[in-house]
Amino acid sequence: MRRWPFVGVVLAVTVIAAAFVFGAVERLGAQAPKTLVIAIGADQTGLDPQTVQNNESGFIMATIYDSIVNYKPGSSEVGPGLAESWTISPDGKVYTFKIRKGVKFHDGTPMNARTIAEDVDRAINPNNPCYVFNRKVDTYDDFTFGSVKAGNVVKVDVPEEYTLRFTLPEPNAPFLSSIAMVWQGIVSPAATKQYNCDAGQHPVGTGPYKFVEAVRNDHVTLEANPDYWGGKPKIDRIVFRIMPESATRMLALERNEVQILADVPPADYERVTKNSALKLYTQPGLTILGVAMSNELGPFKDKRVRQAMNYAVDKEAINKGLYAGATTASQGMPPVLWGYNKSVQPYPFDVNKAKALLKDAGYPNGLSADMMVSANPRGYNPIGGAKLGEAVQSYLAKAGVTVKITQYEWGAYLARLRREPWEGFAISGWSGDNGDPDNFLGDMFEWDTVNNKARTNNNARHHNPEYDKLILDGRRTSDQAKRAQIYEKANAVLHDDAPWIFMNHTNHVRATRANVKGFQLNPLQMFFHMELVSLE
Amino acid sequence: MARSADSIQLSARATSAARESRAVALSWRRLRRSSNLVVGAVIVVVVVASAALAPWLAPYDPIDQEFTNQLRPPAAAHLFGTDEFGRDIFSRVLFGARIALQVGVLADLIATVLGVLLGVVAGYVGGRLDALVTRVLDVMLAFPYLLLAMIVVAILGPGLTNAMIAIAVVYTPQFARVVRGVVLSVKEQDHVEAARAIGAGPIRILARCILPNIVSPIIVMSTLTIGFMIVETAGLSFLGLGASPPTPEWGSMLATGRSFMLTAAWITTFPGLAILVTVVAFNLVGDGLRDLLDPRLRGRL
Amino acid sequence: MWKYISRRLIQLLPVLFGVSVLVFFGMHLIPGDVVLVLLGEKASAAELERLRHQLGLDQPVYIQYLRFVADALRGDFGVSIRTRQPVIWEIQQALPVTIELSLAALVFAVILGITIGVISARRPHSALDTGAMVFVLIGVSMPVFWTGILLLLVFGGILGWLPLGGILDTSLTIRRITGMPILDAVLQGNWPAVRSSTAHLILPAVTLGSVLMATIARMARSTMLDVLNLDYVRTARAKGVAEGGVVGRHALWNALLPVVTLIGLHLGLLLSGAVLTETIFALPGLGRLTITSVLARDYPVVQGVVVIGAVIFVVANLAVDVLYAWLDPRIRYS
Repeated sequence: MRRWPFVGVVLAVTVIAAAFVFGAVERLGAQAPKTLVIAIGADQTGLDPQTVQNNESGFIMATIYDSIVNYKPGSSEVGPGLAESWTISPDGKVYTFKIRKGVKFHDGTPMNARTIAEDVDRAINPNNPCYVFNRKVDTYDDFTFGSVKAGNVVKVDVPEEYTLRFTLPEPNAPFLSSIAMVWQGIVSPAATKQYNCDAGQHPVGTGPYKFVEAVRNDHVTLEANPDYWGGKPKIDRIVFRIMPESATRMLALERNEVQILADVPPADYERVTKNSALKLYTQPGLTILGVAMSNELGPFKDKRVRQAMNYAVDKEAINKGLYAGATTASQGMPPVLWGYNKSVQPYPFDVNKAKALLKDAGYPNGLSADMMVSANPRGYNPIGGAKLGEAVQSYLAKAGVTVKITQYEWGAYLARLRREPWEGFAISGWSGDNGDPDNFLGDMFEWDTVNNKARTNNNARHHNPEYDKLILDGRRTSDQAKRAQIYEKANAVLHDDAPWIFMNHTNHVRATRANVKGFQLNPLQMFFHMELVSLE
Repeated sequence: MARSADSIQLSARATSAARESRAVALSWRRLRRSSNLVVGAVIVVVVVASAALAPWLAPYDPIDQEFTNQLRPPAAAHLFGTDEFGRDIFSRVLFGARIALQVGVLADLIATVLGVLLGVVAGYVGGRLDALVTRVLDVMLAFPYLLLAMIVVAILGPGLTNAMIAIAVVYTPQFARVVRGVVLSVKEQDHVEAARAIGAGPIRILARCILPNIVSPIIVMSTLTIGFMIVETAGLSFLGLGASPPTPEWGSMLATGRSFMLTAAWITTFPGLAILVTVVAFNLVGDGLRDLLDPRLRGRL
Repeated sequence: MWKYISRRLIQLLPVLFGVSVLVFFGMHLIPGDVVLVLLGEKASAAELERLRHQLGLDQPVYIQYLRFVADALRGDFGVSIRTRQPVIWEIQQALPVTIELSLAALVFAVILGITIGVISARRPHSALDTGAMVFVLIGVSMPVFWTGILLLLVFGGILGWLPLGGILDTSLTIRRITGMPILDAVLQGNWPAVRSSTAHLILPAVTLGSVLMATIARMARSTMLDVLNLDYVRTARAKGVAEGGVVGRHALWNALLPVVTLIGLHLGLLLSGAVLTETIFALPGLGRLTITSVLARDYPVVQGVVVIGAVIFVVANLAVDVLYAWLDPRIRYS
């Protein structure tokens, strides 16, 4: 019995050592052939495109679903999807799509114009038992298909088995780009029926990958769809692995435990580029980031105050220091998008000018305000809102503006911004959904004159009748050159109105192992066209 | 009758006085041998001094950002290095000490006072009141600490003050339970019976007989709990429920430094070390006090 | 024995009642309109009223409480705001991982703690003893989240011996039977998965159990010292009974009892530490679910987790008390 403690220790040490050894051995043979692991920062909250609006869900859904039209690989230009071709009537109101033949959903049911119409019906028909508005918190359906409440919703009908026709109440130039979004992916109506209107846990689409399993907060597994109409995928399995910690994700990439990182913090760019086994993909981002101010409440009603805030912050320093050199913003959309006004320059860093403007507006001793932030990294803000908030807070303090920061989780953050009148600052941003300027300038800064309130994502509650008219014109015009001119003018107005502290346009950045081939970034940041990706 | 009661009182007092002086003599000897207490006390003094003198000791403003100076490793200019905003970590750790001590000590005081009140009332009054209070304490003790703290913070909203209230509320039952136990056992002792027999009011009994007995356990427990308070507050801040930016709270510094674990380990190391050293110090002092005042408590606290 | 257990079980009922009241009214104190969050600001007043009626939110508070309890007893805690899945399902997915983690941490803490305590008690005040006690003091004072970060950094990052987080290597799959990774792997005879899931659990278990291990070590050492100084032990030694016999039979058994009490006292710390540990090691357990839901203001989930967490905690405490009573018969009759 004297030996008992020693036996215990030896036993414990042996077990631990064995685990080490086996663990290490395990890692050597870790990757089964033809599995691609993508690391994402948070779990999906459902995989039904009509009922979620969560980035990570979007990443995964892009591999499971097709839309009526898809974006072309690597771009935001629209090309064939479930529709092989389409025609638009001269008055811009009728879209007729020729639907691809011989395509089946992952559950074996056939895809044709009727099944597509059934799926779209739940977004536009209030009498549909699965009507989306009864279920969702937010939706993109209103700007895609129009709003039932406003009475301007599209009509769908099916003249032939493989012909689908949309009739719009008035011309809507961004319509095609909108139905290409991942949020308008087509779901098998049979699945929707089977799972009581929410197939989010059992997604069934037509895309290159089929859903296998999802372990909450751990991973989602997909396997190749060998009958995919776009060509058999080269990779057999894709696993989206949830890894909330960026340092751990980086390590996992270096060890080849994951092959693609969906988010790369700017501080790690150098690590990737210096490592020959890794590759960094960059693309000018279709994004904008800034600090929204409450244009309707508090001191920010006054344009001078808002402009003063823009002068008070050293955007170049922040963009260089925290964002590894992102482009400084000056208007409502990024330079890569047509309609950008090149003659408008960002507000320069000028604390004295800021103080002078504040004095003019009646705040000679500065002011104090609250700031809402959300720490989650977003596509348009890879370091998360809390860090940007801290940086801005420090600069504003030097101009006499005291800022108190409160942090919210993303869902709660959105709810607060949209539900209640809020006052102060709020970190805001946008990743383009469809490559159209209206998606930026309209969604984020337009005032809905019909319902007399700000549009859902107009966090700042910006209201300028001149601006609103320009946006409406832009939507109704079909000629792109003319639209570009309209949007350039709108951008100039927006710059002057300064509803936000315009911050930057981050690049869209992903990191992969060097042996990942055929992978392309696209401005919408979704994992489209994964059937083209292979591992060497 | 009165005379014999007086003499009982007298002799009781005499015995207790004799016992006291012997105890003090023993304590002094033990103190000299108790290096634990001395070492711990020294460290605590250093920490408190750093916290109090932080505005003068800190070479930089803890929230001043300088993007040209990001992520510098420890060097002469920045003893503990800088973080991603270019802020000096040494200064932030010093100011963090203020916050940790303020919050830790305050939460501890609240929990102690509330706990003593509840424990004394429940233990002394007894009967239905005691049963009720015990039930309530049981309910609160039925929650794992962090869960209860999270509920309180969820109700009150995130923030350092609310986190402090939450932690104080969560620890009160512990104090109450111990105090109640002591009160219950003392209540049955002879000299309390005697005091009651001669008609001493409850306040006198409480003050003369009961309170002196709870002083030692409370002092020890309080000291030992400061460490817990500091760690729990840091934990809540680490999870995002406590301090908000740019407050230099040690737990939040650890949380934000996690992303730089590999590339700039100093951002997490120094706040972590600070927490460790402070908590060790308070634990040493608490252990030392316990050995000094009443080693029998070793099994219970 | 059974009388003791049933007595304690009956004592549980008022506590559980108190817990449910506390949680329910606590949740109702939280500012914010649940219905508005569920339907979004696009909903009309009529739609809001309809949902409010459907959820029973227009009834007096005590009726809502009764409905809550009735539903809870059936296992219905409502639906998560964030994921629109039943709360009970979310909890079911997460709970087994936390249970496995806690058990592993307990095993680690008890074995290593007693071992260290006993070894250092045999040679008090020696270099070994002082070293062990310093180690243990640090263990008790280290914040759990920092321990985790350090272990992850050293063993996962720098040395690369152990995984960086998660429950299983991505290339392996196991079918879900109980939800506990190691157990499921064993039940399916999938040995690579057993090795992988065990490797993934080592660092989290050590992190979570570190404080308890240190406390047990101190307790075991002091109890052992007390026992070793007792007369009958000294006599046994003097009589020439082998060292092992002395230590093994008499002292060890006595050291065990306070350890059981300690475990009971520290169960709360264990479950709280699970929240922090799961966050650092990205384990899909109850702790992580809790913090995500609190931050997301997902009240139905927070409510469900707290109630179920409290129930488990109370039952676990009862189990510890029963174990203690079994080991020390004197308690049973008190």
